[in-house]
Amino acid sequence: MSITYIEAIHQAQKELLTEVPEVFIYGQDVGSFGGAFKATQGLSDEFPDRVVDSPISEDAMAGMVIGAAVEGARPILEMQFADFSSVAFNQIVNQAATHYYRTGVQVPLTVRLPSGGTPGSGPFHSQNMESLYAHYPGLVVVTPATVADAYGMLKEAVMMDNPVIYCEHKFLYRWLRTDELKYNALPIGQARIVRPGKHATVVTYSAMVHEAVKAAEMLSSDGWEIEVVDLRSVKPIDLDTIMASVARTGRLLALGESYPWGGVTAEVVSQVVAEGFHLLDAPPMRLNSKDTPVPYHPDLWAAHRPTPESIIVSLKHLLRL
Amino acid sequence: MVEASATGNSLENIQHGFKSMITSRMLENKLSALYKAGKIVGGVYLGKGQEAISAALGTVLQKGQDVYAPLIRDQAGRTAFGEELLDVTRTYLGKVTGPMKGRDGNIHRGRPTEGMPAMISHLGASLSYIAGMLFARRMRGDLGDSIGAATFGDGATSTGAFHEGLNLAAVEKLPMIILVVNNCFAYSTPNDRQFACANLVSRAEGYGIAGHHVDGTDFLKCMETMEAAAQAARNGGGPQLVVADVLRLCGHGEHDDAKYIPQEMWDQSRDCIDVAEAQMLANNFLTQEQIDSIKSDAKARVQEAVAIAQREPTPDPRQDDWKALGS
Repeated sequence: MSITYIEAIHQAQKELLTEVPEVFIYGQDVGSFGGAFKATQGLSDEFPDRVVDSPISEDAMAGMVIGAAVEGARPILEMQFADFSSVAFNQIVNQAATHYYRTGVQVPLTVRLPSGGTPGSGPFHSQNMESLYAHYPGLVVVTPATVADAYGMLKEAVMMDNPVIYCEHKFLYRWLRTDELKYNALPIGQARIVRPGKHATVVTYSAMVHEAVKAAEMLSSDGWEIEVVDLRSVKPIDLDTIMASVARTGRLLALGESYPWGGVTAEVVSQVVAEGFHLLDAPPMRLNSKDTPVPYHPDLWAAHRPTPESIIVSLKHLLRL
Repeated sequence: MVEASATGNSLENIQHGFKSMITSRMLENKLSALYKAGKIVGGVYLGKGQEAISAALGTVLQKGQDVYAPLIRDQAGRTAFGEELLDVTRTYLGKVTGPMKGRDGNIHRGRPTEGMPAMISHLGASLSYIAGMLFARRMRGDLGDSIGAATFGDGATSTGAFHEGLNLAAVEKLPMIILVVNNCFAYSTPNDRQFACANLVSRAEGYGIAGHHVDGTDFLKCMETMEAAAQAARNGGGPQLVVADVLRLCGHGEHDDAKYIPQEMWDQSRDCIDVAEAQMLANNFLTQEQIDSIKSDAKARVQEAVAIAQREPTPDPRQDDWKALGS
């Protein structure tokens, strides 16, 4: 029996509801309908008072769960799409994120953001928001790339006493599977080396981990050994693992699916250059989506985001091929 | 002459509300003076003219049981609810001893675990926050008799957050008071540039909730309306929208001379403190001697709170842990 990425999210939520009485799930259509992506399927039957449909009011939804968290609950807020969290942006970055610093009272809140592009989803159902949220002090931002991380990091996020932005990638929901759901021992804040190598390092996260691995495999037939680092959490960022990898390879490609201006990949390059300029044998590179809204048509969409082919082009440039 | 019970309140509650109004006015006059003397960094935002309705809300709420999100003109409500004067002076003077430790200032203060969140500047945001506090209690099964309240001005009613929060509270039928104090100006913007309905209380119908409308300068009416709203909320009546009409008797902040308020509005206005004082005397709720004593006592307590805070240290940047996440 295998389990998918979305099933892992479902499983984690079910276990949290069972084991932790303070947990509740709030969001649009999460009740008897089971959520737009079925992440809460059947859960309201078992926990009718703790899996609750919200009105279409992202600002108030976020404000509501913040207040509940201050009162001792551990809410999971499901945004139907990460894109819609822009409506809740004020509550998340100004209310939740400032709360501990201003008042000394923590907000144990998890916001689930179904993120990233899928073919045909278009400009408003495809965005990646991790860079925006990571910009603000007071938030933890995680980007699970594997089924085990989707499960383990959600459970860890909900039990954290700080607000966590949990970016789950929709493209991984159904095709990414694992045979056995293991609790990943790596805590939030630690990156993982997905694939060891010695010629160049790709630092990436979320769905792009899999595209980077494909690119690395394609280059391996020519004898190139590309190391792929999965950040797992973009904030806090595990600079130690990144630096150790760059020290081994001397070359860095920071790869992300979100827009190119600023953001996680810029932060990775900036921190590596500032801390380890002497480790670099070549100028570090970044590869992101194109600097346009995410297009609707599958052919445009596929060319908008980094692909194994475009990652190989970047890596060849980095390797001076 | 009316009995206190005619307003639905005990005599003690009415006296408490009045005393909170006096204390608030004394405190705010002092804060204004400190600001003008350059002793306060940042803005000073006063509730002059809004004390009656604000104090009425703070009085009908029970600290330790209810939750209350005051806004910028709610010193009277905060005082009535039980906020210590030292919390005010320490925060306004930026002292590390205050609840915000110098990390936030002036009216952005609170004690969330004691039922009073610290407001953010973005208007309307506190409504859903209070709704969430009540929701969590109800989910846990310990809502009991507790209610929540959040206050707004006419300007805040134009925000999406206010609408979303009010609708959410209505859908969840939460025991809440949503107080809208229409003080005629949102900073400088008059009502006719803010909303198009005849009276904001008509919005209650659209949300499917109860609405109350009161003259915010009439202290006893404020006490009566607010107690009725609180009782309705406690008795399962769901959210209660209370709209109070007043004129803001000061600028938006003490930096603002409010020249945009037409003279005729000043001429037609009355100060709720004067009205309340007359009401206390006319109904034998307090004697003149007692009122004088309340005033001198309030003045002394304000002086003391300022003096204590002034002697205390400001935050040391080398001592702040500069951490936005708790461990």
